[in-house]
Amino acid sequence: MSGSAVLLQSLNGLASASSLFVLAAGLSLIFGVSRIVNFAHGSLFMLGMYLAVWLSARVGFWAGVPIAALVLAALGFLIETLLLRRIYRAPELLQLLATFALVLVIKDFALWAWGPEDMLGPRAPGLSGAVSIAGGQFPQYDLFLIALGPAVFVLLHFLLTRTRFGILIRAATEDREMAGALGVNQRWLFTAVFTLGAALAGLGGALAIPREPANLEIDLALVSDAFVVVVVGGMGSIPGAFLAALLIGGIKAFCIGLGYSKITLVAEFIVMAAVLVVRPWGLLGRPIAVSRAPQDAFGISSRRAMPLVVAVLALVPLLSDGYILILLTDVLVFALFAVSLHFLLGPGGMVSFGHAAYFGLGAYGAALLFLRWQLPMELSLAAAPLVAAGGAVLFGWFCVRLSGIYLAMLTLALAQIVWSVAFQWDAVTGGSNGLVGVWPAAWLSSRTAYYLATLALCAASIACLWRFAVSPFGYALRASRDSPLRAEASGINVRAQQWAAFIVAGGFAGLAGALFAFSKGSISPETLSVPRSVDGLVMVLLGGVQTLTGPVWGAAIFTWLEDAMSREIAYWRAGIGAVILLLVLALPGGLEGTLKRWFSR
Amino acid sequence: MKRTLLIYLCLFLVTADAFGQNAVKIGELNSYKVFPSFLEPYKKGMELAIEEINRSGGAAGRKLELVTRDDGGTPGDAVRVAEELIAREKVNVLMGTFASNVGLAVANLAAQRKVLFVASEPLTDKIVWENGNRYTFRLRPSTYMQTAMLVPEAAKLKKRRWAIVYPNYEYGQSATASFKKLLSEAQPGVEFVAEQAPALGKIEAGAVVQALAQARPDAIFSSLFAADLQKFVREGNTRGLFKNTVVFNLLAGEPEYLDPLKDETPDGWWVTGYPWSEINTPEHKAFRDAYQKRWNDYPRQGSVVGYTAVHAVANAVRKAKSAETEKLVEALKGLQMQTPFGPVTWRAIDHQSTMGAYVGQLAKKDGKGTMVNWRYADGAKYQPAEKEIRALRKE
Repeated sequence: MSGSAVLLQSLNGLASASSLFVLAAGLSLIFGVSRIVNFAHGSLFMLGMYLAVWLSARVGFWAGVPIAALVLAALGFLIETLLLRRIYRAPELLQLLATFALVLVIKDFALWAWGPEDMLGPRAPGLSGAVSIAGGQFPQYDLFLIALGPAVFVLLHFLLTRTRFGILIRAATEDREMAGALGVNQRWLFTAVFTLGAALAGLGGALAIPREPANLEIDLALVSDAFVVVVVGGMGSIPGAFLAALLIGGIKAFCIGLGYSKITLVAEFIVMAAVLVVRPWGLLGRPIAVSRAPQDAFGISSRRAMPLVVAVLALVPLLSDGYILILLTDVLVFALFAVSLHFLLGPGGMVSFGHAAYFGLGAYGAALLFLRWQLPMELSLAAAPLVAAGGAVLFGWFCVRLSGIYLAMLTLALAQIVWSVAFQWDAVTGGSNGLVGVWPAAWLSSRTAYYLATLALCAASIACLWRFAVSPFGYALRASRDSPLRAEASGINVRAQQWAAFIVAGGFAGLAGALFAFSKGSISPETLSVPRSVDGLVMVLLGGVQTLTGPVWGAAIFTWLEDAMSREIAYWRAGIGAVILLLVLALPGGLEGTLKRWFSR
Repeated sequence: MKRTLLIYLCLFLVTADAFGQNAVKIGELNSYKVFPSFLEPYKKGMELAIEEINRSGGAAGRKLELVTRDDGGTPGDAVRVAEELIAREKVNVLMGTFASNVGLAVANLAAQRKVLFVASEPLTDKIVWENGNRYTFRLRPSTYMQTAMLVPEAAKLKKRRWAIVYPNYEYGQSATASFKKLLSEAQPGVEFVAEQAPALGKIEAGAVVQALAQARPDAIFSSLFAADLQKFVREGNTRGLFKNTVVFNLLAGEPEYLDPLKDETPDGWWVTGYPWSEINTPEHKAFRDAYQKRWNDYPRQGSVVGYTAVHAVANAVRKAKSAETEKLVEALKGLQMQTPFGPVTWRAIDHQSTMGAYVGQLAKKDGKGTMVNWRYADGAKYQPAEKEIRALRKE
């Protein structure tokens, strides 16, 4: 690269970094204070874009930007007061489920309101041209963005360090319960911070329209970028987010400048994984105060009814050998996937945003052994959990050194790295198309046979995982979760327990993945992708984290909902979102958790 | 007299009943919520075709019935939905899909379950070549064909230094590989000086434009589309990348991707697309008028694909005089039919239709993008030699 190329690519990196920062700052503030993992942050950004494009045709671009930010602030206020406020007392992570439902609803709302076509906004009046820099043409608007990022940073910094509001935010970020005990009105604080965060998302979206079109795919693409920035910088740290945005914006620009554009697919996740391995709380973050909320033990649950459920399921083929068996096969596979995730999440207390990695490793492992090594289908299926567990041995070793949201984000980063390998390694994994022709052996090829095999394997695996949860291993794991210090003192090797949990959960997820592959006849990188991980998380949360059997019900309901909704109604994503919202509000403990509370009354 | 009336009435009731029960069921699945800008017009095209066919008495005396499903945009969900269509709806034909990985997964299922699958939209070459099978037929011109359509114009310009930009997944990769191969054959000595492969939907347009400009190419070949294309065009316009470089861009002339560009539409780009307002052949005029009358909107590329796919099934049923899978497969091989783009043949050798695309240059007219200097590129002419296809297709 020549000198002028280096200069111009640096400027490109700075411009991208600025817009990333505005997006990430709001997310960081919200998480810092309320611990809400706001999945809908990208959706708020997307709404800001659509609004700004729509407004700029009416009141002009510059007037549209603040209006869009204000409208989003109002929306943020409503979301916080009408939805999130009602579930702060619910188990942690339920807010995540609520914001996931919002993503679905907002996406379909945008489709309904603005139609399917991408909307390219106007150029910013007054900044529509380019200036000559180092022999190249550089957009004026990008120069404006480069200045804007630091300006927003300085303003936020001033707000946080020089005002009373800022002091309260910092106090709550540091230790929420202590701030509450000292008489800080948390309700008001949470509302204010969420409103501010939503306004920043709206501002970011509105300011992005001269550079990219408002489109329906942008929400999830952005929210993962924003999370990466926030986590690399350190959750709740605004200077950290600024630094991380610069780092990631710069690295991407130079990857492109140097001709390694393919790496931009995962560049940010590689950066995140590297940073987290070296600095477990991000660049400028501090250890998160451990929440003192008590964790439930796994009490009464519908576990005893399970043999009956299995018996009934085994009889289904007598009634019908039609579609019901295919749907139930999916339900069983996802139930095993969800239970394996729950084993990490519940007894292990380790949130994973990347559980699809093991599902996918199992699926790809089975498919590759079957197609490339020509192993019999039965052997491929049997070997798949070993492949996935192998992945978990490696990833788990890194992950158990972290905790809380950082651990979750490292699992996400590692899963994305695996995904990108599968996505790009054409010769072996078939690249973005994946592998086809992964069909079961002849004796399992009928619907009924495959269904019964899946039922047997999934039921046995799930029983096994439940047994682990109430075995000495499970108790040691729960001790490590609830009080690592005491657990260590009583001779439990906390990290070893957690590592083992990763391997067990990974192995069973791998089996689910392999069963999935043979039921579909093909696999593609989608089995390793973020949405697959998120689906697993949604199933667990829907059923209830604090019960053993909840994830099974969650998987059944979610799979059935998806199947029925997408067939029956046009705006089925919003439909699923609405049902989840209702469930979250009505049954904050998840299905099973709520049932449990009724019984124990 | 009364008795004859009664007999007629009975006959009418019987045939009407037969009509209703014996409809040919098309099970259509597509990623309606993932690619709505293409697929909403596509659905309208299908519905128009169904209405037309049934109004004129159906196919081989049987009505057509369309059952549509959202495939969720992932191969796993799509296979489940296709199984539902087969097992519960008992459809005669599967149709649809958009993304290549979904199309390939459903094609693979079709072969396993022995059900006819008319892949209307997926562009991947593999669905008819490497992964082609007896039960899968594809309507749209493939990535290879559309790339080949642009090569004659590209070679004519005698530009030496080419830069390439493509979305980093199979479609972009195979477009790039085909283009390099075909252009090198047509114009020996051509150089490829830069290659950018941004992730689909996540192009860092400023940096990509900068990097391309740095390589000082004479011409650019791009397979970007949708949001990536819009970002690339705006940055390139602002930064003057297109001033002295000719650009060739697959698909950019399709209304779905061209219309959002509005006054950013770059002049002079060579593209494949669909200049719907300018094609005045009788067959296209009839289609356009019917479509506008029915939907009060203009047709997009997707409308033509949906419309033609349904008509293809109807024609196959007519030729086979049956809706049995094996007979339909045989009927589709070599089937000739009329489409809004003119006559089309379903090639027996690889189950690819010879539907073509329009090749032309972009221009701005009244603040909107349009295509000028266009010609229809017949899909039959842009195919590799039969020997090559036989080598690829393992049947």
